Amino acid sequence: MKKLINEPADVVDEMLEGMVAAHDLRRVDGTETVVRSDAPVEGKVGLVTGGGSGHEPTHAGYIGDGMLDGAAAGEVFTSPTADQLSELIQACDGGEGVFCVVKNYEGDVMNFETAIEMAEMEADTEVEHVVVNDDVAVEDSLYTSGRRGVCGTVFVHKVAGAMAQRGGDLAEVKRVAEKANENVGTMGMALTSCVTPEKGEPTFDLGEDEIELGIGIHGEPGTERTDLMSADEITDHLTEAVLEDLDLGAGAEVATIVNGMGGTPLMELYVVNRRLQAVLDDHGLETWDAWVGDYMTSLDMMGCSITVLELDDELKELLAAPAETPALTVPE
Amino acid sequence: MDQETQSDAVQTAVEAIADRLSVEKQYLTELDSAIGDADHGANMDRGFRTALERVEETDGDPAELVKTAGVALVSEVGGASGPLYGGSLMKASQELEDGITAETTVAFAERYLETVEERGKASVGDKTMVDALTPAVHTYKKSIEVDDCEPIEALGRAVDAARRGVEFTTPIHAKKGRASYLGWRSVGHQDPGATSTLYLLEELLDVATEYVDGEVVIDAEADEVPEPDAEDVPADGGE
Repeated sequence: MKKLINEPADVVDEMLEGMVAAHDLRRVDGTETVVRSDAPVEGKVGLVTGGGSGHEPTHAGYIGDGMLDGAAAGEVFTSPTADQLSELIQACDGGEGVFCVVKNYEGDVMNFETAIEMAEMEADTEVEHVVVNDDVAVEDSLYTSGRRGVCGTVFVHKVAGAMAQRGGDLAEVKRVAEKANENVGTMGMALTSCVTPEKGEPTFDLGEDEIELGIGIHGEPGTERTDLMSADEITDHLTEAVLEDLDLGAGAEVATIVNGMGGTPLMELYVVNRRLQAVLDDHGLETWDAWVGDYMTSLDMMGCSITVLELDDELKELLAAPAETPALTVPE
Repeated sequence: MDQETQSDAVQTAVEAIADRLSVEKQYLTELDSAIGDADHGANMDRGFRTALERVEETDGDPAELVKTAGVALVSEVGGASGPLYGGSLMKASQELEDGITAETTVAFAERYLETVEERGKASVGDKTMVDALTPAVHTYKKSIEVDDCEPIEALGRAVDAARRGVEFTTPIHAKKGRASYLGWRSVGHQDPGATSTLYLLEELLDVATEYVDGEVVIDAEADEVPEPDAEDVPADGGE
């Protein structure tokens, strides 16, 4: 499989170098972590995240005003190590403590928990965290106990980031992050496997006429392999699964994401969004905001995920708050 | 035994473990290929080689050296094994602030096990390092506190208990870690994390025996580097 890379082992480092050259970010010396160039921001709760690489623009693409202060990049699909996460936490502590957004994968959770202990031991930093588990497809998976954390995490970054920006304390930031996590659901599907730089060939085989529903973001298996269906049928499947999980009352207001897995044209994502909005309408739900694009990818996988977040006034206000990051901008 | 000798013993133990893991690397990889992602041997070998380098360049008391080894494992092993082996060592090292004695090593061992359980959320019977670690720690504690054994004897019993724990992992099916994804297909395979945990304990026993050398004082040493660690949830969660 052709890729625009040099040495597979250098991909993450070279990507970060390119990101820092493009955006208002700086690399924490000697690490694979990136923070806003003015970190730590004094008097504000620091907001950080981290995880394996290969999900761009997640994670560092959401660093900036109104969202994250920093992010750690692990190797492709591999958790960053706890020592790096601990450095990240300390680099983003502006005196009000640090809040970590963790996706529910065993490696991530264990390394973050260890990092939090290290940061508390070494620097007396006050740290809180949330473990995002929005994927409605599977209860346990190759990498998780419980549900996986996927694209709904972007809503969590936005909401927690807005609360921190507004001057909310650590407890407030945690409260809204948890609220977003409790009210969001996501389900994904793949038309093709992803191809990791190291392996250079598809992680799993999917026939020309097959798709996989309920996939994760690391090429891990889904819940069901079926014949290729139309965009509308696929959208119906994903949306119904998410709605069944969320169990929303008619009239509820939602924000949605149609997320590309990295190899899907925007054209197709809009086709999916059209159907998604029709299905929501049929259910008597009101879409307050709809995002379409590549928010949390799986390298070059073709496919998409659908995320639905149930809103209340506070979440609406936080989603609407200004943000300026490489991957997401909400104007004043 | 004075502090310098204790620190020296910690370094010797880390070295013995690093040597042992380089010998067993291939075997651990084979075990992990059957039910995990085939990297346990390489990860542990790399982790302990790094731990040894860092411990060699550190002057400190036993607690500090054990912590140094833990931090090295956290940064080098990665995945779930880094926090499980390294993070637990880091945490438990705090119990050795007053040096290596029968009492502190019991506290060390308990703290280590507690951290592994907390991090990995695994219990006995899940087919993880916990299956080797739990009987070892409980046996060590009981031997010292109830049976009045010398630490060396207690550690010897603990190693035997760990060995039985490793054997116990073969016929059961995994409920934690990546192997759990295989369900019943994990039956019949010995758990790699329990196995590497046993190696650590065996090396500790050897080194402790060498240092105590028959003198019976506070044989504290016995556990000196109590890294009785263990780990490996066979899985190392992707991200």
